[in-house]
Amino acid sequence: MAVIFPPWTNRVPPLLALFSLGAVVSGVALVWYYFSPQYTDVGFEPTQPMPFSHKAHAGELGMDCRFCHNTVEQGAHAAIPSTETCMTCHASLSLPQSVPLAAVRMSWEMDKPITWVRVHQLPDYVFFDHRVHFAAGVGCVSCHGRVDEMAVVSQAEPLSMAWCLACHRDATPNLRPFSKITDLTYDPQNAGYDPNQDPKRKRKVEPPLHCSGCHR
Amino acid sequence: MATPRVSAVEHEANLSDPLSGRAPLLLGDRSLHGITKAVCRPVECVPSRAWTLFFVVSVAMMGLYVLTTAYLFYEGIGIWGVNNPVNWGWAISNFVFWVGISHAGTLISAVLYLFRQKWRTSINRFAEAMTIFAVVCALSYPTIHVGRVWLLHWVFPIPNQMGTWPNFRSPLLWDVFAVTIYGLVSFIFWYLGMIPDLATLRDRAKTRARKITYGIFALGWRGSTRHWKHYERAYLLLAALATPLVLSVHSIVSFDFAISQLPGWHTTIFPPYFVAGAVFSGFAMVLTLMVIARWAFKFEHIVTIRHLENMAKVILLTGMIIAYAYGMELFIAWYGQNPYESFSCANRAFGPYAWAYWIMIVCNVIAPQIFWFKRARQNVVVLFVVSILINIGMWFERFVITVTSLHRDFLPSSWGDYSPTFFDVAALVGSFGLFFTLFALFIRYLPMVAMSEVKAGLPEAKPHHGAEGGSREASATGEGA
Repeated sequence: MAVIFPPWTNRVPPLLALFSLGAVVSGVALVWYYFSPQYTDVGFEPTQPMPFSHKAHAGELGMDCRFCHNTVEQGAHAAIPSTETCMTCHASLSLPQSVPLAAVRMSWEMDKPITWVRVHQLPDYVFFDHRVHFAAGVGCVSCHGRVDEMAVVSQAEPLSMAWCLACHRDATPNLRPFSKITDLTYDPQNAGYDPNQDPKRKRKVEPPLHCSGCHR
Repeated sequence: MATPRVSAVEHEANLSDPLSGRAPLLLGDRSLHGITKAVCRPVECVPSRAWTLFFVVSVAMMGLYVLTTAYLFYEGIGIWGVNNPVNWGWAISNFVFWVGISHAGTLISAVLYLFRQKWRTSINRFAEAMTIFAVVCALSYPTIHVGRVWLLHWVFPIPNQMGTWPNFRSPLLWDVFAVTIYGLVSFIFWYLGMIPDLATLRDRAKTRARKITYGIFALGWRGSTRHWKHYERAYLLLAALATPLVLSVHSIVSFDFAISQLPGWHTTIFPPYFVAGAVFSGFAMVLTLMVIARWAFKFEHIVTIRHLENMAKVILLTGMIIAYAYGMELFIAWYGQNPYESFSCANRAFGPYAWAYWIMIVCNVIAPQIFWFKRARQNVVVLFVVSILINIGMWFERFVITVTSLHRDFLPSSWGDYSPTFFDVAALVGSFGLFFTLFALFIRYLPMVAMSEVKAGLPEAKPHHGAEGGSREASATGEGA
């Protein structure tokens, strides 16, 4: 029988097996890490048309979230405030020469809204409703992070389906007293809050886990 | 019929009652070299004009499948005739049809191996190849039927950012596992069995390219005793592994229907009925292809009339089982006194698709009855015609099951009709193109008959060779293949 393959080819099959194993393992690891919303979406920080600072307004001044995002209690969508909302204060506050405010004044005078860039974007097939989450006593901070510490808002959580479901399967750690919903510094664990003992809660929170709970 | 090289006496002895002494399985030139030469010839000669024509036509048909699938991905499954209430049409019929076809290979290679049916050695390679190509065709249908094919990985339980698993209670998911595992095991079994023959091709190769190509796939096989010992143990283990799959795969395919509550689908008879139907259709397809191949490649002395007759007997047996199942469906519809069930049966036999039902009955129940006659079982033309009829009948069986139950639901308000579009037809014709293309490549580049196994079945391979009628003793002592 003639020799077709030189002796070194004996090493090819084990090397090939080893290489395949390595390729599969590293492929899974790479996809696991780099394809996850934790990697692709968290920290998304688009440049806004003007340098509005949540840190200054919600943090240092201590304004309530609902002053600007005023539909959050009643509507599915938490409204982005209009220029008029800004001007409630800034029309009377004597900062006419402030450079960062130029865009707001321009918008006010030209009657054109400021084109804010959306940070927290869910897919169109997700029917997210702020109102039910508010009514259940889920704090703003659970999904949006410490906005009061952000000079420029960035996405704090992955907003992936697995992340949504983690809370829908066990919501208790994210529930808080109704009076503390917009309090970004409040931590229900530290405060020892138990939703089952809260007399203000009329019924148990049972988030939907079926498909049509969020995809209709 | 037998080649001229085979004497009439030998031919007659080959077909005689096996209990009065087993005649050799092969006829004509039974020398080891003769077998090798006969099997390797189609691989080593210049392709004939007939093969080239067959290949070109097959590739053209496969091209139709590629085009219609591309258009399907672009436009969506609305190009097919499926719509409410008949959401499963030809594609699912074709899927079940091809999965059914695939059953003969594993039955021949695994079950008959465990039962020491040595006549399987002449046809097992061929049937296993058919199995794999049929599984490829079968798997293509659910793949394209999902609509959004780019989300196909959702059918596998992969941890993902959605935090969800596929629905483990759905038989459609069991299907994914059953058919995928079946395809994989069949492929490994097929390849493992082929290694000694690939080594033969390597050793006979004239050009360097052939030596290297067959050499790589022969995995360094040198035919030492140690090789054979490992090989036979692995083959036995894989046969044992594949045997339950023969039963499980089509049982699970039948669950796609039986788990639902639709009249005509919701019956416990479905798993055994589907398995019998699968073996029935699979053997018919092997017969169709084998009758052509043994004639075209001139190995009538290796795949003899006796082999074909054995297949006809299996077809007769499984045909009787499905005839019983058809009868039992009607009986239970009457005996069970469920108005929906009896309506469903009456609608099948006398409703808008009655023509399909009667094609099914004629092809699957009446046509194989001719195999009660020995002369019919030994006549190549009859075998070929009946096998074609069974292929048609079994396709119509799947069509009848899928469409007639869906189109008449519990509520008359949700009744509807189904008719295929051009693209449905193109997908069926195209899948035959895929099947035949793979088959043409198989017969051109791989040994069609398991040479080493056929040689092991020769009288010379038996330890008691020489003693007249000694083969009976040999098999009684349980000597392995």
